Amino acid sequence: MSDTAQLLVDDLHVRFRTPQKLVHAVRGVSFTVGREKVGIVGESGSGKSTVGRAILKLTPANGTVSAARMRFQDIDLAAASETAMLKVRGRRISMIMQDPRHALDPVMRVGEQIGEALDGRGLSRAERRERVLGMLEAVHIRAPKRVYDLYPHEVSGGMGQRVMIAMMLAPEPDLLIADEPTSALDVTVRMQVLAILDELVSTRGLGLMFISHDLNLVASFCDRVLIMYAGRIVEECRAAALGEAQHPYTRGLLASLPRIGERRARLEVLKRDPAWLEA
Amino acid sequence: MIILDNVTIAYGQGHRRLVAARDVTLAVPEGAAVGLVGESGSGKSTVLRAIAGLIPYSDGHITLAGKSVGKRRTTAEKRMVQMVFQDPYGSLHPNQTVDQILAMPIAIHRLDKGEARIAKALSEVGLGREHRYRYPHQLSGGQRQRVAIARALILEPSILLLDEPTSALDVSVQAEILNLLARLRREHGLTMLMVSHDLAVIAHLCDTIGVMSRGLLLETTTADAMASGEVVHEYTRQLLRSNAGFDRSSVSAGDLDISAA
Repeated sequence: MSDTAQLLVDDLHVRFRTPQKLVHAVRGVSFTVGREKVGIVGESGSGKSTVGRAILKLTPANGTVSAARMRFQDIDLAAASETAMLKVRGRRISMIMQDPRHALDPVMRVGEQIGEALDGRGLSRAERRERVLGMLEAVHIRAPKRVYDLYPHEVSGGMGQRVMIAMMLAPEPDLLIADEPTSALDVTVRMQVLAILDELVSTRGLGLMFISHDLNLVASFCDRVLIMYAGRIVEECRAAALGEAQHPYTRGLLASLPRIGERRARLEVLKRDPAWLEA
Repeated sequence: MIILDNVTIAYGQGHRRLVAARDVTLAVPEGAAVGLVGESGSGKSTVLRAIAGLIPYSDGHITLAGKSVGKRRTTAEKRMVQMVFQDPYGSLHPNQTVDQILAMPIAIHRLDKGEARIAKALSEVGLGREHRYRYPHQLSGGQRQRVAIARALILEPSILLLDEPTSALDVSVQAEILNLLARLRREHGLTMLMVSHDLAVIAHLCDTIGVMSRGLLLETTTADAMASGEVVHEYTRQLLRSNAGFDRSSVSAGDLDISAA
């Protein structure tokens, strides 16, 4: 499945200190991501986004991250200093956020924002502009010159998300972490954005970590799926074989989804078993 | 029960006028569940709000239970139509207990036996007595949506309007709420009109499905026709494909409709 592991995470724990108590959000998660599409699925509060942030060391100040090993290629992420992380974030590992409306700077033209990701490379203004236009074309924006000069509020949600993908891919990272990249988009636009991601992953040989709550989407889009529940990975399987998942939580989630053409009087309701917390 | 006859709804005046829904004609028979599906900006919530009387409509007629309703509604007309909103975090007053939230509609409509009505509404939506004096922040998302449903049902409406009632919830909780709605509809003979962007959710609960896009009702079809793919409009087909998940062959990254905003 994964020829060469790009990212290796072994026994990752994330704990948050809150005024009331210590929250153990991620409890011993281990996985690898190669040059492939790995989906992380779970419900809200399962810790899936926390894992994505912990890899980039973007955990808020009240959280502590510990792991037996956390490596990306030749970099030891677990031991990396804040200065070392500056060379990793955006350049080697990028992250796409859920809603482009919140993640883009509202008072900066789209092209300038993408260009910022290329700062510090000694490019001339003209070269930089060329590269940005090239990225806009790569995400299938048909009039890149026009879009370059637009502000984020002037673009649609789907195009905003493409701008974000262009920005994240401009420095040519090796790993892309996408946290619910299509949840804020309409279904038809969602498919187009996924198709672009899919194309870029296969042509550039990227690794993709796709965090989502949508089981069907992940099953049809990714190569491999990790299912998280209460801070642990309860099951790992090939995406195509998600229908044959074994864990009662995964099976319960699948059964609770309404499906077209399969009308049931009642939907199965997930019964949570305390034993899953330990499994 | 609900009849929309060429209803047009617009926001704003003069050159800033924006027609959100145009010439929508739709009938919801008594006791039926009808769904409206569409993407954001398609006008589906606008139609729902106009039926609820929250916004005025500029053209056409809305008839509820055989009576044409206009801009001003009588208390009885208001009581007949109740609505559940998308976001249970935003639609409940954060500084009021469940008890106060449920007491409000009873006070407004000057109903008797408030105490008994609150207890009954809570048990109907599957909440216990222990939830009655809690604040919304002490409840989970699913429990909050149950409170919102209880608030709508406490007036014993004949029409329940649902605006994306499960899209803010996890799938396991969504199943509970959908089961609850199906049961309430059976037990109370409610007429339901539900709006959602999720075709599977609509097809689960509703018999008749209207597909909206850019303010137009493109097609009215049934859940069965959706299942067998017997739909007329190309847009509906596209929605069905998207619902089935990602399929490399059905989307080519090249043919994108690129127009700013």
